Amino acid sequence: MIALTPNDIDAIWLSIKVACGATLITTPLGFAAAYFLAFSRLPAKSLIEGLINLPLVLPPVVVGYLLLLLFGQSGFLGPLLQSVDLRIIFTLSGAVLASAVVGFPLMVRAIRIGLEGIDRNCLQASRTLGAGWWDTLLTITLPLSGRAVLAGMTLMFARSLGEFGATIILAGNIPGVTQTIPLAIYDYTNTPGGDRMALNLCLVSIVLSFTVLMLSEAVARSMKRN
Amino acid sequence: MELDVDIEKRHGAFRFSAAFSLESQRCGVFGPSGSGKSTLMHLLSGLLTPDRGRISLAGRVLYDSAAGINLPPEQRRIGVVFQHAHLFPHMNVRRNLLYGWRRTEAADRRIAPEALIGVLNLHHLLDRGVNRLSGGERQRVALGRTVLACPRLILMDEPLTGLDEELKFQIIPYLKKALDEFDIPLLFISHSLREMRLMTDEALVFRDGAMQERMSTENLARSGMATVGGGYANMLNLGAPRKVNDLWSYPWGENELVLTEGGDGGDNLFELDARDIVLFKNHPEATSARNLLSCTVAGTFGFNNRVGVELDCGGMRLVAQIVPESVRELGIGPGTAIVAAIKASSFRRLSSMAVC
Repeated sequence: MIALTPNDIDAIWLSIKVACGATLITTPLGFAAAYFLAFSRLPAKSLIEGLINLPLVLPPVVVGYLLLLLFGQSGFLGPLLQSVDLRIIFTLSGAVLASAVVGFPLMVRAIRIGLEGIDRNCLQASRTLGAGWWDTLLTITLPLSGRAVLAGMTLMFARSLGEFGATIILAGNIPGVTQTIPLAIYDYTNTPGGDRMALNLCLVSIVLSFTVLMLSEAVARSMKRN
Repeated sequence: MELDVDIEKRHGAFRFSAAFSLESQRCGVFGPSGSGKSTLMHLLSGLLTPDRGRISLAGRVLYDSAAGINLPPEQRRIGVVFQHAHLFPHMNVRRNLLYGWRRTEAADRRIAPEALIGVLNLHHLLDRGVNRLSGGERQRVALGRTVLACPRLILMDEPLTGLDEELKFQIIPYLKKALDEFDIPLLFISHSLREMRLMTDEALVFRDGAMQERMSTENLARSGMATVGGGYANMLNLGAPRKVNDLWSYPWGENELVLTEGGDGGDNLFELDARDIVLFKNHPEATSARNLLSCTVAGTFGFNNRVGVELDCGGMRLVAQIVPESVRELGIGPGTAIVAAIKASSFRRLSSMAVC
């Protein structure tokens, strides 16, 4: 039987919180970005596309470091957020932000594929039938891209569960505050005799990821049926 | 319909311009592919914005570059039936049909869904998913969806292209019946002269992005005689046939026509090539042609070495195509009495016009 320490339980809860937070925050933004990339004909599109995809090709540590520079005490946004009493670095918000930025390109990519698969003429048809832009978005575009949005959310959630590099730089490795499962495993592997504890958390990680995948598949199937 | 249009649009190297004002209830837009027919449809419905000009429908300005008016598609109340039905795949037939209806203000809802569903014969399909419909059924649902939005004008962009011949002539009666019943003006876009003749009375001819001319659909069909390999096809709407030995006899005005093909109890639509009608000065003694009609010449029209002779056969009109030399030899002029011989096998059945 797996014996988990209170610290491990904290790490599991933190992981779930970070993954949920990152997924919820990025879903509307990811949809907007994907919509822009799928439908816009602006010349600046490829530049914006490159920017969005950057975290996908950069090492997460680099992303974390850049975020640290941006949100740190002497960074560009740090003092600004401090004035509204929001601290990013070495906090749970930091862990959420790091995961969100790293997973964002994956989510956008998944949603964009779904949006590009929609027949444009269906969107035009709804406009000529009297539906405005928002009406069309809510009744045609969103339902038709629902499965892609779900796939994007699943990718985001899974990526957040596994996020390590950017998180450790931006949010640190503080047990009970920012120590998620991967960071806790990292700590155990650096401790003599911690192998067994690390393996326990690995198992939890596998079960968690597997559950998310199964859930997402089940929802996707029921969406397809309707 | 009172549609006034004067617009220009540049799209890369393609230049589109059109200026016309329409009053007829059913008008066609005719031209080869790439002539700007679909561009016109997009500009009128608001899916594309002109560079300059003005569009007004029934006294309401939809677009005016000078006044800075450009109503979005959802406010124009111009219905569009696309070439492919483009039904919403995540909704069943009923929700597709009612999509526009639900977005129409109560005061503008002059068409009852039940009545239209009856006209289009869609009752048995209402709860079906749109992916389980045949091509003809899809097009009927698309038509119903557009009509139920109670538009002030319906644009049809090649709604029959892509359907097989048989299906085409099954849909046309539905189209006509729905538009007649609910009194909706139609702008029918097509490159098929035959569809144009069945659906419209007047046509705007487009070529290379510009409106070239405007004429009655009948004259458009007659001008087809001037093109290489082109001819004129008579469209005959015949009543219920009666079997006579091994042929079929159809009533047609005061005359009876003998055909090799049978038909349905309702109206039957046949096509007869003007070149398949042979004219005789006197009644021939014996001929293999089963139809000998005594008619008078109502008039002639000519293109190059082809002459169309318009015949009055007991109140019905028929056009025969002959060469100028025959006109001289037979002494054909308005009022000449003449006999038209038509073989029973010359008639090509398009389809039953009965709503099935």
